[in-house]
Amino acid sequence: MTTASKQTRSSDPVFVVVQLSGGNDFMNTVIPYGDPFYYDFRKTVGVAEENVLSIDDQFGFHPALTPLKKIWDSGDLAIIPGIGYPVPDRSHFRSMDIWHTAEPTKIIAEGWLGRVVRELDPGKTNVCTGVSFGQGLPRAMYLMGTPAISVGQLEEYGLLTSLAGERQRKALNAFQRMYVPEEIDEASMVMNHIGQTGIDAMTGADMLAIAPERYSSTIEYGEDALSQSLKGIAQVHLADLGTRVFYAQLPGFDTHGAQIATQSRLLENLSNSVTDFFDDLKEHDAADNVVMMVFTEFGRRIRDNGNGTDHGSGGGAFLIGNRVNGGMYAEFPSLDPAEHLSGDLKFNNDFRSLYSTILDDWFGIEPAPVVNGTFEKFTGMIQPVEA
Amino acid sequence: MVTALKTDIELVAHLMRRAAFGLPAYRFERLAEQRYEDLVEDLLDVESKQRPEEDLLERFLSEHADEENNAMTAARWYFRMINSERVLEEKVALFWHNRFATGVAKSNVNLMMWAHMEMLRDHGMGNFRTLLQKLSRDPATIWWLDQQTNHKGAINENYGRELLELFSMGRGNYTEDDVQAAATAFTGWTLDQSIPRYPNGWWDFSFVYREDDHDHAEKTFLGRSGDLNGDDIIDEVVKNEATARFVADNLYRYFVSDEPDEAEVKVLMKVYFESDYEIKPMLRHIFNSDSFKKATYEKVRWPVDHVVNIVNTTGRHTDPYEGGLKKLAVASALMGQRLLDPPSVEGWHTGREWIDSSFLIERVNFAANMLGDTNTPGMRTIIGRISTGKTSITADELIDSCLYELGCVEISSKTKDILLEESNLPAGIQIDDGFGDKVTQMIELIVASREYQLG
Repeated sequence: MTTASKQTRSSDPVFVVVQLSGGNDFMNTVIPYGDPFYYDFRKTVGVAEENVLSIDDQFGFHPALTPLKKIWDSGDLAIIPGIGYPVPDRSHFRSMDIWHTAEPTKIIAEGWLGRVVRELDPGKTNVCTGVSFGQGLPRAMYLMGTPAISVGQLEEYGLLTSLAGERQRKALNAFQRMYVPEEIDEASMVMNHIGQTGIDAMTGADMLAIAPERYSSTIEYGEDALSQSLKGIAQVHLADLGTRVFYAQLPGFDTHGAQIATQSRLLENLSNSVTDFFDDLKEHDAADNVVMMVFTEFGRRIRDNGNGTDHGSGGGAFLIGNRVNGGMYAEFPSLDPAEHLSGDLKFNNDFRSLYSTILDDWFGIEPAPVVNGTFEKFTGMIQPVEA
Repeated sequence: MVTALKTDIELVAHLMRRAAFGLPAYRFERLAEQRYEDLVEDLLDVESKQRPEEDLLERFLSEHADEENNAMTAARWYFRMINSERVLEEKVALFWHNRFATGVAKSNVNLMMWAHMEMLRDHGMGNFRTLLQKLSRDPATIWWLDQQTNHKGAINENYGRELLELFSMGRGNYTEDDVQAAATAFTGWTLDQSIPRYPNGWWDFSFVYREDDHDHAEKTFLGRSGDLNGDDIIDEVVKNEATARFVADNLYRYFVSDEPDEAEVKVLMKVYFESDYEIKPMLRHIFNSDSFKKATYEKVRWPVDHVVNIVNTTGRHTDPYEGGLKKLAVASALMGQRLLDPPSVEGWHTGREWIDSSFLIERVNFAANMLGDTNTPGMRTIIGRISTGKTSITADELIDSCLYELGCVEISSKTKDILLEESNLPAGIQIDDGFGDKVTQMIELIVASREYQLG
């Protein structure tokens, strides 16, 4: 086993984001099965009480979440229901942008995790401080001048891989020299951006190449995209490359129709891959400094449409990890029609409260400049890594 | 225009990169024999030319019969972009695909997206009012923006809002009341479904106007009051100055430069009004303008441009019997542009946002892989053109020849010095059996450069 041992591996706090795209129906993820209104509104896409994995006499997990329920049982999973932002926007795009930029009122390109990476590594000493897996860098990690590595498939990640031997070596030498950015010059901002990205890509590819080589594990991840992304994240984390922020995505949650089959499949995918990931880290004694956030851009309507559910508000998030104090944080929004917000669950937790908790209690970063304001934290949700 | 032939050739190369998808020198050289203005007219004249008959794709390659597969539908589009005589029509359709960004992700019906693209081809170079009328009746657009749920007494404002915000005037030029009025005017504009041809087959969507679901109440939109219907909204939108600016500014950014130019945009707005909202005169003005002619390599090349340009250079995929088109669709998706599936109704983030570490690696690897193969028809031609009639050439000549053959690629003198040093070629390169390999090695280095990411 060549993986860095626990004694030598950095214990700096590491944060993993899993984005559920399309608007996961949180009401069918953590199910308020004890509330009679639930079955009034969910006549066709409701989960029968006998199938709910109950956590108390009011709530329970979707039956496809059996593995996640085990994490809950061990006290390492926090549920944050009713999470959102003022003036809910039912547009996927806008809503996702709001989560990514932590800016609900105006459109900006700077991502909140880009700001986190800048805070963690102001000198840009490590291009792999933030690494995203999947297709395309999420806006959350985009910040002009701050490196962020975007990886499709870790094993295939590399420059000029169709070339071999001397031919490849020459081409890589040329590449490295051609991409060195010149002195900052307004007229060549684009060329400087391409240059910096090229140098980061090359440095990142070199660094990341060792991760799969060093890795060995008894965990067999699934072939699906999220499992492969999380496997890549485990490999990079275990290789101890100094990465502090990871990102992975699971799309397909826009269940206007055929919700029962689709959501079950996706939640099972989520549940299995996340459990494999933490089992993998535990096998290598490397789980202690990792916290994962699972979020989605919005929840869905309270009343189903006969086959699925339409865009709504009041979504939900999970925080998972050894350092997370499990439990249900905050109240589940009421299903009582008197409390609805135009057919939606009324959100009662600002997403920036969750961000602020992570920033302050996990990273030790002053939250206000990153989320652009002061938001009440969730107390006791995270137990910081000892200095 | 009488200029030295070399200047002409560079200008032709530039026009072919912008008004088409870029060509290698051996395919545009002969065009320099024509006057520039005539070349522009020839590109604009799509009506007298044919679209490719891609039904042969399906007949000979069974994979193309899978009309429901997104990558295969995108592959068909790639075949068009590579082979259509109406190449500007494809370039303009790609422009509108980004501005009216509608995708397959929500409906999962690729045939509907294909029909949407045919609509953009049919009307993209025509009248903007007609284009908005067609767009408002387009099943893929209706589905994408939930317009079928916009009912009398229960409006869904999604389409009304995006029509104003993203498809014409832009934020700040109308009020929330205008949005409500527009949405109300479009009530009853919905979809009809046919019975599928086969059991479990696709339910063909078509536009239908349901009079009984239309709200005839008095509405006020941009100051005009009355029993307004959808087309009345469009009439008010197209005559608004903000709309002229939207069309002008976006055409300028797409065809000329990622950086806008206020004076040029003003002139284009004038052309828009003088022609009663015709797009083609705006395109004619752009291509003939000095600012266009000077704007060489001022844009980060879109992934689709990058892919088609490279394929055009290899001379591949010109006949429908050649398989593997799907790989092109996958390649541009990995570079950040999955055709027919834009990330949002806002379209793609263009300009320098086309470049992140993963996208850049894909761009460089794809180019080096495709153009590093000496056995494609295009590379055989290029190697022949560089070597014919010579026994040896210098390293410097080899670089210049490769840059020219790739389509008058411009690189900085610093980049050229690096290429000379790193290629480590002898002063005199013999034209022998190994020469083709030296050409492709040099081309691999060129296409890995920063400059090659621009268009």
